[in-house]
Amino acid sequence: MINFVMPDLYPASAEIFMLIMACTVLLVDLFSGGRRWLTYLLTQLTLAGCFAITLFTLDGQVVTTFSNMFIDDLLADFLKLMLYPAVAIALVYSRSYLAARNLDKGEFHLLVLFATLGMMVMISASHFVSLYLGLELLALSMYALVAIDRDSVRATEAAMKYFVLGAMASGMLLYGMSMVYGATGSLELFDIGQRIALGGGNKTVLVFGLVFIVAGIAFKLGVVPFHMWVPDVYHGAPTAVTLLLGSAPKLAAFAFALRILFSGLGELAQHWQLMLMILATLSIALGNLAAIAQTNLKRMLAYSAISHMGFMLLGLLAGVVGGDSRFALNAYSSSMFYVIAYVLMSLGAFGMIMLLSRAGFEAENIEDFKGLNKRSPWFAAIMMILMFSMAGMPFFVGFFAKFAVLQAVVFAGHVWLAVFAVLFSLVGAFYYLRVVKVMYFDAPTDLAPLEAPRDMRILLSINGLAVALLGLLPQGLLEYSIITTYAYLIGG
Amino acid sequence: MEFKTALFYILSAILVLAALRVVTARNPVHAVLFLVLAFFNASGLWLLLQAEFLAIALIVVYVGAVMVLFLFVVMMLDINLERLRQGFWNNLWLGGPIALLMVAEMIAVLSARSFGPEAMPAPAAAAGSNTKALGVAIYTDYVYPFELASVILLVALIAAVALNLRKRKDTKQLDPARQIAVKRKDRVRIVSMPSEKE
Repeated sequence: MINFVMPDLYPASAEIFMLIMACTVLLVDLFSGGRRWLTYLLTQLTLAGCFAITLFTLDGQVVTTFSNMFIDDLLADFLKLMLYPAVAIALVYSRSYLAARNLDKGEFHLLVLFATLGMMVMISASHFVSLYLGLELLALSMYALVAIDRDSVRATEAAMKYFVLGAMASGMLLYGMSMVYGATGSLELFDIGQRIALGGGNKTVLVFGLVFIVAGIAFKLGVVPFHMWVPDVYHGAPTAVTLLLGSAPKLAAFAFALRILFSGLGELAQHWQLMLMILATLSIALGNLAAIAQTNLKRMLAYSAISHMGFMLLGLLAGVVGGDSRFALNAYSSSMFYVIAYVLMSLGAFGMIMLLSRAGFEAENIEDFKGLNKRSPWFAAIMMILMFSMAGMPFFVGFFAKFAVLQAVVFAGHVWLAVFAVLFSLVGAFYYLRVVKVMYFDAPTDLAPLEAPRDMRILLSINGLAVALLGLLPQGLLEYSIITTYAYLIGG
Repeated sequence: MEFKTALFYILSAILVLAALRVVTARNPVHAVLFLVLAFFNASGLWLLLQAEFLAIALIVVYVGAVMVLFLFVVMMLDINLERLRQGFWNNLWLGGPIALLMVAEMIAVLSARSFGPEAMPAPAAAAGSNTKALGVAIYTDYVYPFELASVILLVALIAAVALNLRKRKDTKQLDPARQIAVKRKDRVRIVSMPSEKE
């Protein structure tokens, strides 16, 4: 007879709600006879419902369920509470853009919901199998979303590139995971960590597997030298999809990397820190240099994403110094703060592109922002805030994010690394400031009034102001990051 | 040599040769058929390991379903392999040495020392049928990934519909329900005309 204990479903209630609602939206959309507002409303309500469930089931306890494949800790809850608004904001920004291009199909909303479910699974995974399946759920939805404008050759090409390279990266990740399994005999992250700490497993095989795992993570984050897909996919995909791709998944990828590298393979920190150091320096250098040469704003933001992810890795690699994880709290919380700040800025920047776009016109070139100050001084100011923050100018949230990460790097004793990162951010400031210069000092070539609907204008204004406000008062978010990281570090 | 050992070597040799032919065959249909042969041998190897469920699943799922689908696709598309191979000799001088180097490195790491029978003793065979053992594992301990896998399949379905379903406006398709519900007055108009008098 099977002795089977019913798994505790309570910690996973947000995921279960999301899945049920996604299936409901699927059916409602089918029978609603083209009333897209209903699908849209239900999608937003689903995200709001998940937010409420995660908030009300929030407690400081670490609970695992489904035979230790699912973990509900403060880290998971906090990142999920950041995730839902990011997806919801992306949907608000995309709405009129999609409608103008005949892309507001029910499938768009469904794929977004399933991608969100994938991210939630990734954030809450504590087992190689659930980590991998969450990643695949996210990736598969994203491949389809990139290709959703199926008559566009550029989008199809981007989706093809993304799919082929993504499949290869998944293969690498799986190969690495199988090596770690072969060496330790376990797939569960905490168990793997314990077995390695007790001296189990062949070190050579473990490090061999680690190389493949780091390569797989690096591909998913899009850091050099695994970045080739980033500019093409960001450029080729419809801007609404680029917005989604460039924001919320970074939160999931952060949790994914932190859980595998620290919870699972924390004992091998000296090995993966060296690998991350190479990835981070190359990304910061190449991302900032290549962005200068871009005339297309989406491509420029893609290269800027590469350099920002390099910065996030700087925080991850500064956690453990010579087997001593005293600095882990400072380092990982700064990295988390960085990724949240980046998601906020990225949402705003791609939102601005969609604000200026209209039916039959994509405001994706830097030239399209010429003289924005004359057309709409308010949104020119919002864009300026976003660009200043991305460049890391003092007293915007991007500055504090960079500052916290660099401080962690210096504490870990890599002063040269911090100097290198600062030098290249100064190089990077050039291309952000060029956008500001174009907006304020060039004559407008396009005098059409902005057509975006009111909800998007209001939300985009709030988004831009939040970047400025969090720059003046970063303590709140920083404290939440520190509390979350602290709970994570003592929990496992 | 024990019979099982001899069988292992025979199956493995055919597997490796068939896999090589998959890559080198000029005709794509032949390549697919060689892949079928490779799958059959792999399933034989699994039988030797007493994993009968996996062996049968490989034949039923891969050979029976996936490869037949593959064969259909390959036969439908006229793939010119010669054109795909054009860059092969030009890039070999760079790709070949790198591939050899990587293989050598991987062999050095994954030598018999780390994965040989001494380092990894064979696990004790499960008592009873391993089909049952697998079923129990999937529906109890692994129920979460099992459900996730089904969600992934659902996403694949939705994505396939989203990317391929096109409503054509120029088809002359008729709706049977409307055809049946048609009334006389929709089709025939009775016009009363005065009779012609001559």
